[in-house]
Amino acid sequence: MPLTATRGFAMIHTVFVSSHVQAQGPLIERLPDGRLLIEAGGRRVAGHPPARPGPQTSGWKGIIAAALLGLSALGGGASQLRADTLLNVSYDPTREFYREYNGWFARWWQAQGNPAATIQTSHGGSGAQARAVIDGLAAQVVTLALASDIDQIAARTDLIPEDWQSRLPHNSSPYTSTIVFLVREGNPKGITDWDDLIAEGVQVITPNPKTSGGARWNYLAAWGYADRNGLDPKDFVGALYRNVPVLDTGARGSTTTFAQRGLGDVLLAWENEAYLALAELGDDQFDIVVPSISVLAEPPVALVEGRLTDANRPLATAYLEQLYSPEAQAMALRHYYRAWDISAAAAEDVARFPELERLPIADFGGWARVQPEHFGDGGIFDQIYQGQ
Amino acid sequence: MARTFLLRQPTPMPGWGLSFGVMALMLSVIVALPLSVLLWRGFIDFGAGAMWEVVNRPRVWSALGLSFRAAFVASLFNLVFGVLLAWVLVRYRFPGKRIIDAMIDLPFALPTAVAGIALTAIYAPNGVFGSAIQSTFGIRVAYTEWGIWIALIFVGLPFVVRTVQPVIEEIDRETEEASATLGASRLRTLVRIVLPMLAPGALTGFALALARSVGEYGSVIFIAGNLPNVTEIAPLLIVIRLEEFDYDGAVAIAIAMLTISFTLLLAINLIQIWSRRRMGAV
Repeated sequence: MPLTATRGFAMIHTVFVSSHVQAQGPLIERLPDGRLLIEAGGRRVAGHPPARPGPQTSGWKGIIAAALLGLSALGGGASQLRADTLLNVSYDPTREFYREYNGWFARWWQAQGNPAATIQTSHGGSGAQARAVIDGLAAQVVTLALASDIDQIAARTDLIPEDWQSRLPHNSSPYTSTIVFLVREGNPKGITDWDDLIAEGVQVITPNPKTSGGARWNYLAAWGYADRNGLDPKDFVGALYRNVPVLDTGARGSTTTFAQRGLGDVLLAWENEAYLALAELGDDQFDIVVPSISVLAEPPVALVEGRLTDANRPLATAYLEQLYSPEAQAMALRHYYRAWDISAAAAEDVARFPELERLPIADFGGWARVQPEHFGDGGIFDQIYQGQ
Repeated sequence: MARTFLLRQPTPMPGWGLSFGVMALMLSVIVALPLSVLLWRGFIDFGAGAMWEVVNRPRVWSALGLSFRAAFVASLFNLVFGVLLAWVLVRYRFPGKRIIDAMIDLPFALPTAVAGIALTAIYAPNGVFGSAIQSTFGIRVAYTEWGIWIALIFVGLPFVVRTVQPVIEEIDRETEEASATLGASRLRTLVRIVLPMLAPGALTGFALALARSVGEYGSVIFIAGNLPNVTEIAPLLIVIRLEEFDYDGAVAIAIAMLTISFTLLLAINLIQIWSRRRMGAV
């Protein structure tokens, strides 16, 4: 008898591989024995569809039952997460990197003899993502733009231990970046270093460091330059922000303002964002200018210990540890992050980055000091805009 | 016989208990509960004095002033042109009328961020309208208060049109004809007959548009420029507070906005009651 299989639509289906292990993915085939063949994490998995709900209740009883079910699902959502699902709460520009890494990691995880894992990543502004975790988003892993955002989770909840940053190598930052300048093709204003940004008639585009975590590095890089060159940092940064005609709320908004709206002469950007902009908008429109000095921007990662169970701890731990593997490091380099291990990376991904002095956050006193002093309510950044 | 307290007048319509119950539950869960949590956090947890300290600063006042001023200007514009638009849509026949009628709802349906990005693209210094306006009138629209007005006009327009439209449909043309046959000029008919009938509906639309645009964040944020003390709107200050994990500060500014909005809406409602009284029962 020929094997008859009905081809279904590419809808996402959930199947039970065994009584405890489930996988999700687009349907490939309905097998004749009632099992479904789906694609999960780049692999084909066959399993039974979830059992239909019991005898059909009719009318309002059904509605009430459904409503109660919905309510109980809301209440118990966190506890029902299975061992083989993982939610990574990340920030905006890592979208492309983690899409690739998740696929690679899911394959690696199975190759180690583990059941298939479903990995989800949520992206948004770093601060907003941290707040979501504080307010109860059931993340097992956070990968944010700033250590201070993870510090906030640690300080406001007991989900993350205080010493989280010392638990993984390189300050828990598997990849780093820095702040560079994106200027218009041919650099018409002749911008080469930070002191060119405070000149009369130069317009600088950078987001508001109060709303954009990433933009705090921009501010600190300017501060560090002034400090190193015997200038008064507060005056210098103040002069720089007086040349800012638009304060967008996020990094992507600033990139749009600069690239699409044609506003400003120079965009202060994360290096990975600057290369991404070149790749997406064409490198015949913009040039990257690397200043004499910048910051060591460390987007750190951490386990959300309070959301781990014995069952999902190995998966979450491996997920972060594998970020330091040669393959993942090569991926980070390909996505324009500066990574530590170049053994598996393509030569052109490594050669792209020029050497420059990058000031670590410790030089500014650490986030615990920098955050309230510069960006807190009434802090130095607020003072720039007072008395104007 | 003891008089029993009746919650309602007896009516032949069934379903009173159920529908009242659903209404009370929905209203308390969806509206009353979040608002009371907000007020609780503000007045009980944080304290009125501390809240006043957060709000009573030049930067907050300038943001609140900008938000309410821009919302007022935009709603006033929408009041005039929304009534005109509704009038044209009801009273005249022309090709493409249905399409235009459907387009009025677009600002309802469009995500506000999309609207903001689209408006900024058009009104930016290198945009189609933006460059033309700048070279003709010397006005920069995007990244100034003008831009905020444009965004708020966009989001508020359907509120006026959609509240006034059914009122115009209800107006009996015979009253206008009677006015004309009695010798009233067109202007007199318009001012003494038509406008008083439109006034309550138009005011409601104005109030809705105002309430909507005061709190508008998504579309304004792209076109405003967001410079402190200049083009920084009050909802952005709330977001900034949240970014600082300063929930109390955010609640304080939110309550300040709520108080001002409530006062404004109350005033508009009083004007409405007054205008209805003056008109007689409508």
